[in-house]
Amino acid sequence: MSHATVPVKRPDSLSAARLPRWSPWAIAIGSVAAGCAIGLGAGLDSRIQWGLIAALLFVGVTYALGAKVEGRRQAKDRVATSLVWVAFILAVIPLASLVYETVARGIKVLDVYFLTHSMGFVTSYEPGGGIYHAILGTLEQVGLATLISVPIGLLTAIYLVEYGRGKLAKAVTFFVDVMTGIPSIVAGLFILSFWILILGFGYSGFAGSMALSILMIPVVVRSTEEMLKLVPNELREASLALGVPKWRTILKVVLPTSIGGITTGVMLAVARIAGETAPVLLLVFGNPLINGNPFSGPQASLPLYIYDQYAKSGGSQAAYDRAWAAALVLIAFIMILNLVARGIARWKAPKSGR
Amino acid sequence: MAKRIDVSGLTAYYSSHKAIEDISMTVEPRSVTAFIGPSGCGKSTFLRTLNRMHEVTPGGRVEGKVLLDDEDLYGSHVDPVAVRRTVGMVFQRPNPFPTMSIFDNVAAGLRLNGSYKKSELNDVVEKSLKGANLWNEVKDRLNKPGSGLSGGQQQRLCIARAIAVEPQVLLMDEPCSALDPISTLAIEDLIGELKERFTIVIVTHNMQQAARVSDRTAFFNLAAVGQPGKLIEIDETERIFSNPSVQATEDYISGRFG
Ligand SMILES: Nc1ncnc2c1ncn2[C@@H]1O[C@H](COP(=O)(O)OP(=O)(O)OP(=O)(O)O)[C@@H](O)[C@H]1O
Ligand SMILES: [Mg+2]
Repeated sequence: MSHATVPVKRPDSLSAARLPRWSPWAIAIGSVAAGCAIGLGAGLDSRIQWGLIAALLFVGVTYALGAKVEGRRQAKDRVATSLVWVAFILAVIPLASLVYETVARGIKVLDVYFLTHSMGFVTSYEPGGGIYHAILGTLEQVGLATLISVPIGLLTAIYLVEYGRGKLAKAVTFFVDVMTGIPSIVAGLFILSFWILILGFGYSGFAGSMALSILMIPVVVRSTEEMLKLVPNELREASLALGVPKWRTILKVVLPTSIGGITTGVMLAVARIAGETAPVLLLVFGNPLINGNPFSGPQASLPLYIYDQYAKSGGSQAAYDRAWAAALVLIAFIMILNLVARGIARWKAPKSGR
Repeated sequence: MAKRIDVSGLTAYYSSHKAIEDISMTVEPRSVTAFIGPSGCGKSTFLRTLNRMHEVTPGGRVEGKVLLDDEDLYGSHVDPVAVRRTVGMVFQRPNPFPTMSIFDNVAAGLRLNGSYKKSELNDVVEKSLKGANLWNEVKDRLNKPGSGLSGGQQQRLCIARAIAVEPQVLLMDEPCSALDPISTLAIEDLIGELKERFTIVIVTHNMQQAARVSDRTAFFNLAAVGQPGKLIEIDETERIFSNPSVQATEDYISGRFG
């Protein structure tokens, strides 16, 4: 049998000319400088245009230099790398500027007094007041929503992964998918018509929690499902083969193995609903006073507070400052939740090594 | 303690696919029985029908009888969980529980079944680890994770875990296929010791291993790809390797096959 030979171009030597290590940085600095120069020279107002020019220059110069010194294949590789960097920076800019803006504006009125007092009878036009009532409301509403959603979501996911076969499982999966797509205002309207208009209960934090759990359950189900699927079947079989009943296997082997990922998923779901405004607006109603009982009477919440300070203050600077400070607190709260989630995931991850 | 297994007319399916057909054999107590045969002939499937692990696979179905000292494992009142407590299993790939320490891995069977006295636990763990020839290597780090052991140590850990619940039969599916010759030897020695107490069934692709460790050997084969696997013959290991009664067995053992 003869082998058909494919003509291959072999390099004469294994080493080839390379651009120096620092070249990407040099090109980046050069293109930013050139971008600014062109922007200034041509009198372009928008900094975005400057940035785009710099980005294009960066990619173009990288390719040109790479192709000249290293050859076309390496040049393509460099272009791909530089495109990834440009995309990364484009994605980070809005985030960084958002955090910067919030911190810069929110820090003005953020102090211990602000965190420990309610608005009370301070009208939205005057300075003073605080967000204690809103923090309390958010914590209670989100806490209740988590208490409702986590057991339901966890059990649904366990059913789908460990037991679900056939039509019922397919139907559940389908409805979870549908729930994922429910807009938050629709969830709010549903609880409003069902709980408040038909059953006749009043506005309360709990009504808000129910709407929030409608939003939270599908997220918990999905993330838990993914985590449970990651648990190798061999572990389940090892446990079953020891004569451990299936439910105990799930409880003692499957869940502990995936608990880190499940917690992360739950925390992210909490972070997602903590900033929801629409259902809270419809169901919790808002309240400038401290109401510690989520089951009766209107409450406040951070997103709602921000909205109120912005929309119902007639443009008073004091109210805007309070809104920024409350936004800062909300972002900090969500970031802390994310950090905690990461910490738990790392702490609970299956251990390896000696 | 050790029990005899009597299989008659056993057929197993994966959904509609018939994986093994009409297998009958007797496995003697306090002996080692080896299963050999080409890949895909249904050795693992048959092994898993012996402790009702086959039905854990979605679509897994079994017809026929498996008598464990006169009690049918597939009788209508039999609890599969109880069966698996009596018939333990070691898998081809070591699978220690990654969240548990070495100690907890060995204690897992007792703990998860909820049937133990705290004071006994230490003794059981030590005895099982000694039984699996692992005690000396791990006695100083019982609280370290089991996944930090070498592959061979992990496999012996899994054996210790399986014998800690005092089963009466121990099924091993290619327990040495991922191991080096020294660990393999350690496990083969271990099998020799364990057969004093347990009935042992071992699947292996290694003819020398079957010849070394087993008292009886069963040869499985399948007529063609897609056909169900069948038991060709089962006999004393010496006879199977020196003078088998079926030509196909001799061909397979001497490597004149496929
Ligand atoms: N989970 C499964 N679902 C469907 N079919 C399966 C499954 N596991 C095994 N089979 C089929 O059953 C037959 C027997 O497989 P089995 O794993 O018992 O073979 P084996 O003798 O153990 O092979 P090997 O020596 O390679 O381990 C094969 O045809 C295989 O394709
Ligand atoms: Mg197999």
